Amino acid sequence: MSEPKDGAGWLNLGEQVLDLAAAAGASQAEVVIEADDAALTRFANSEIHQNVAESNARLSLRFVAGQRIGVAATGRFDNDGLRAVVEAAGAIARNVAPNDDFVSLPGPGLRPIPDLPAGWSSATAEATPELRADGARAVIARADEAGVTAYGSFATTTETITVANSLGIRASAGRTWSQLITVSMGPDGGSGYAESAAVDATTIDAAALGAEASERARAMANPVAVDAGDYPVVLDTYAVVDVMDMLGYLGFSALAVQEGRSFVEVGRRVGTDLVTIRDDATDPAGLPMAFDYEGVEKQRVELLNAGVCAGVVYDAQTAAREGRRSTGHGLPAPNPYGPFPLNMVMDAGAASREELIGGLGRGLLITRFHYTNPVHPKLAIVTGMTRDGTFLVEDGKIVGPVRNLRFTQSYLDALAGVSAVSAERRCLKGFLGGVVVPSVRIDGWTFTGTTEH
Amino acid sequence: MRDLTDRALSTATTRGASYADVRIVHRIDESITVKSGRVEGVASGESEGFGVRVLVDGAWGFASSHRLEPAEIDRVAAEAVRIARASATALRHRVRLDDRPAVQGRFETPVVEDPFKVSLETKIEALLAADQAASAVRGIAFTETIYAAQRDHTIFASSDGSTTDQTITHVGSGIETNAIEGDEHQRRSYPDAGGGWQSAGYEYIRDLELADHAEELSEEAVALLTAPQCPSGRMTIVLDPSQLYLQVHESCGHPTELDRVFGTEASYAGTSFLTTDKLESGFRYGSDLIDIVADATAPGGLGTFGWDDEGVPAQAVPLIKEGILVGYLSSRETAPRIGRQSGGAMRADGWNRIPLIRMTNINLLPKPGMSLDEIVQDTDDGLYLRSNRSWSIDDRRLNFQFATEVAYEIKGGKKGRMFKNPTYTGITYEFWRSCDAVGDERSYVMLGTPNCGKGEPGQTGHVGHAVPGARFRNVQVGVGKW
Repeated sequence: MSEPKDGAGWLNLGEQVLDLAAAAGASQAEVVIEADDAALTRFANSEIHQNVAESNARLSLRFVAGQRIGVAATGRFDNDGLRAVVEAAGAIARNVAPNDDFVSLPGPGLRPIPDLPAGWSSATAEATPELRADGARAVIARADEAGVTAYGSFATTTETITVANSLGIRASAGRTWSQLITVSMGPDGGSGYAESAAVDATTIDAAALGAEASERARAMANPVAVDAGDYPVVLDTYAVVDVMDMLGYLGFSALAVQEGRSFVEVGRRVGTDLVTIRDDATDPAGLPMAFDYEGVEKQRVELLNAGVCAGVVYDAQTAAREGRRSTGHGLPAPNPYGPFPLNMVMDAGAASREELIGGLGRGLLITRFHYTNPVHPKLAIVTGMTRDGTFLVEDGKIVGPVRNLRFTQSYLDALAGVSAVSAERRCLKGFLGGVVVPSVRIDGWTFTGTTEH
Repeated sequence: MRDLTDRALSTATTRGASYADVRIVHRIDESITVKSGRVEGVASGESEGFGVRVLVDGAWGFASSHRLEPAEIDRVAAEAVRIARASATALRHRVRLDDRPAVQGRFETPVVEDPFKVSLETKIEALLAADQAASAVRGIAFTETIYAAQRDHTIFASSDGSTTDQTITHVGSGIETNAIEGDEHQRRSYPDAGGGWQSAGYEYIRDLELADHAEELSEEAVALLTAPQCPSGRMTIVLDPSQLYLQVHESCGHPTELDRVFGTEASYAGTSFLTTDKLESGFRYGSDLIDIVADATAPGGLGTFGWDDEGVPAQAVPLIKEGILVGYLSSRETAPRIGRQSGGAMRADGWNRIPLIRMTNINLLPKPGMSLDEIVQDTDDGLYLRSNRSWSIDDRRLNFQFATEVAYEIKGGKKGRMFKNPTYTGITYEFWRSCDAVGDERSYVMLGTPNCGKGEPGQTGHVGHAVPGARFRNVQVGVGKW
């Protein structure tokens, strides 16, 4: 058959594969189809140097025979391709040892999964290379005006995700997202960052991002060294994303709790009252998605409520272990990593940017982090570098740029030190999904090293 | 397939491309994960598609599709040209490629036992035996044992006459065991964190003998729960190959990528402190003992091939010679800018990604003299660090910090008690200059990184590192508050 053009067509194809799997002896089966049209325009040294587009589709079949499970994937959608993927998944299931931990694929929910029109933009779906080049040129123009050099990328993506299983799940939805990031670098050693993510690419103000990064780069000219040590900090939104992602990875997953490697214990206080974090894929401020890669409707899950651990996210497997229903946070099978909160949202506070910085005394304003990695997962001790905008603050005022610093810091201790949260938030692209974050002030942050820039 | 590659090149050049290349890639893969004694996931995959890269008016464009059909070839080649014309609207320097003779040929990874023909039952049995042995040790919270294989068949053709046909097979396997008590979580792994990887057949997996190491690993993980915290201070460290390979990867491999040096990765992964003026001035990167080469011909490496994804032959490129910077990882576009020809380091992660400058096999060459054991015997006071646990380095590749799974105290030339949560940090060139012993051939081993991230959209590179052990003096150990 020819390749489908829309969600209904992909669902129809998924049902054909389910029929083939049943005929091949599957007791249960699940088909996940991801069809993408993605493009990205990249610029460096104030010119476009890489510019790419792809059209891709991939079908993955989870073939269940009792408690024996096989997964096979293909990009071929003709009859031979579909028969081959069923044969491959079935052959694995027949030859694999049973997984006595497996209970069942998820069944359909009590209500149809509602559409999320906020997750789709025709403007993004129809974005052209010329639109992306316009964005790049707008950033470059702001850099030229400021006397700095622009680097960055502008991405536009359309995804159709389709899930069908033999228990009756039928879900298909299109979503779009776009992201523009830019680093400006000045002649005097300064660099600055700006980023935005949105469902609708045409709402991203490339010129404003170019101006933000360029101004930051100019302000970072000739940074001076400061000693490593403990400083109060203001983390801009770009740095807060890293804290959210890392906590999601280390702790907010049911599998992490079940394996004993998470810091989460419901009722345990880890942050101040100002820290409330949830996963909410329906929030139109983020990058919405209606269901997960098991076809389960996304639930809003409270993760930290006023600093107190409130819950974690589940997929079907981790939920079955506790006799509960998935919260809609499954990733494509097979998934040894467990569920993941793809759409974290942190509550806004009341502070302006000036109030955040004004409350610092002597401290550092951090724009973003670079190359962070857990040193001790359960204590959420993370190391990484600052990058593209690090400023010394004295008596509540920015006094000048400083060279980058290495930190080795427990992110849990950081949550316990949050003393102010900004009213303004941004939607940014996180590790795997869209994240909505404010800026925060933290009373203590441990810097453990310095570098030369 | 030649009719399809010819069609892509013809469409691109007819529409205005001054240069075009096309890659058709067919990839098969297989993965098995066993966790805590049960089979958690088994998957196989197949992917096929093509990518067309063009130069129009000195600007790059690239488009790709999984629909390998004549009409789609025409559409994608035309789209690549349209994208290149959009690139040309924000261009300050026209791209020029080095002149190279056209190449034709075939390459295939030498494989003794085809991993895709070994029965699933055999593979799972080996993983379960190792995982169950590791799980059986009292105090272990969970274990994970993995196996994976990938085979890419790539047909490359370029408008300047090159055509290559390559089949490259990679395999990997490893075991990880975790002990948890209260807030303490300790891990040990073999052959290194993330497993051992080579371009080889299933014979490499058999040779790992995972099950033989499982019990000892778990016992160490449990013992680490109550081991003393690693001390802080400046001291001598000896790095096992299971840590040294990642030190080479992060602090030599990435900073010698010439695209980073020229700023084209600045918005994502960063740039490099190894600017080209340092090549001209003979920058001292390390001590006289440090010889590092990018060798795409090394047997077994994840960066071993016949030609790169621009059709440039595999070669061994010296990067550091007796401690001095002498070369870079380069491409047909970047090499002429330093007056050289491409070193053949352009590699793409599948049909839907452009080639980028990537590591091949970045190898720290062994030095005749002492084995790794003899280096330990030659060390009066220090730490022996094994198996990476955490890594981080700044955006110019200067300030790094690593954690390893375990440190063994060295006193009077003997390895003694274990310390938990070891970390060390430094500045790249200061660290390599402090190296005063490099192991000989007896500890020289090919390891690999199957998860090297680079580029936008993201690409996952498979790169190799052959290293012996080595000793470094006056290194800052034990970072942070514990």
